[in-house]
Amino acid sequence: MLFEGLDLALTAGEALWVRGPNGAGKSSLLRLACGLLKPAAGTVRAQAAALADHALALDREQPLASALDWWAALDGGSVADAMAAFDLTHLAEVPVRMLSTGQERRAALARVAASGASLWLLDEPVSGLDTRSVELLGVAVTKHRKAGGAVVAASHVPLPGGEWRILELGG
Amino acid sequence: MIGRLIARDVRRALRGGAWLPVIFFLLVAATVPFAVGPDVQVLARIGGGALWIAALTAALLPIERLVEPDRADGVLDQLCLRGISGEEVAIAKIVAHWLTFGPPLLLAAVPGAALLGLDEPALIRALISLAVGTPALAALAVAVASLTAGLRGGAALGGLLLLPLAIPLLIFAAAAIGDAQAGALKLEAATALFILAGAPFVSGAALRALRT
Repeated sequence: MLFEGLDLALTAGEALWVRGPNGAGKSSLLRLACGLLKPAAGTVRAQAAALADHALALDREQPLASALDWWAALDGGSVADAMAAFDLTHLAEVPVRMLSTGQERRAALARVAASGASLWLLDEPVSGLDTRSVELLGVAVTKHRKAGGAVVAASHVPLPGGEWRILELGG
Repeated sequence: MIGRLIARDVRRALRGGAWLPVIFFLLVAATVPFAVGPDVQVLARIGGGALWIAALTAALLPIERLVEPDRADGVLDQLCLRGISGEEVAIAKIVAHWLTFGPPLLLAAVPGAALLGLDEPALIRALISLAVGTPALAALAVAVASLTAGLRGGAALGGLLLLPLAIPLLIFAAAAIGDAQAGALKLEAATALFILAGAPFVSGAALRALRT
């Protein structure tokens, strides 16, 4: 049992910062929110969600733009804006396997932004990002919330992009 | 949507060594005359069976690249998030795997049959038998790859799982090459159909179990 008695509602424009020690169940909470895990008891109801966790989920041998585009085509979205938002446009033709850790992080965030999903689930979104990229994330989060989206992020460090409601797990 | 999944898997297979099983198939077929001697009559008698053993061992090679890379990289999670069921993913993977495995193997069976001294009627029976049987081999490979994804030594374990499951297919398929009567071919087709119908559900359930 990771946690119990968790009651949580998130409305449009809200952002939730999930905190807690390692192993408290932050990532599991994100996976519960998008239906990848089923709760042992209780129910989860959520809008279509996009998830950026430790896995990149982009084809390594493909150029970045094509790899992102494959998911965007499934979602019916387009990647140009998302790539620009995370300063990836100049990397469009670079194969995904050549990207650095921080660039991979930004690519995963761009995948989420391009999905058009109203709920963003971000697992440690700022780890590996430099200050400028953290600012870019802040801008993207703010824009997403203004458009009526919601964000849930698990992180050990403060997050950019406006006021975050805090949920403490395992504390 | 399934078309996109199939296209992606075909692209990845073509870049990721789809030719390896075919080379392996030819190598095994070429080894048999060395092992049993060049006697044409003996070779013609065992040729059909040897061809199928070669096909079966070649089917083992791609198991580790069918599902495990997608699991490790979170692609399966992302597909699930988009409401694509495990069965749909499995069907796409089976079709894509057969496309990159079946036709090349059929082509390789022509020189393979020559190496084993099969005459022309036997070659045609071999091609029909392989055309009927390779979709089932592809389905078995995807099911086994789903069952062993995420396990240490999954590829070796996959081989141990696939070979016994393929034995009914092997019996009828090899008989269909050796025997001009059509009975064995019908039984092979029935076995292949059974495997093809069941594999997506086995694979889908295994992919769901991977997430917990």
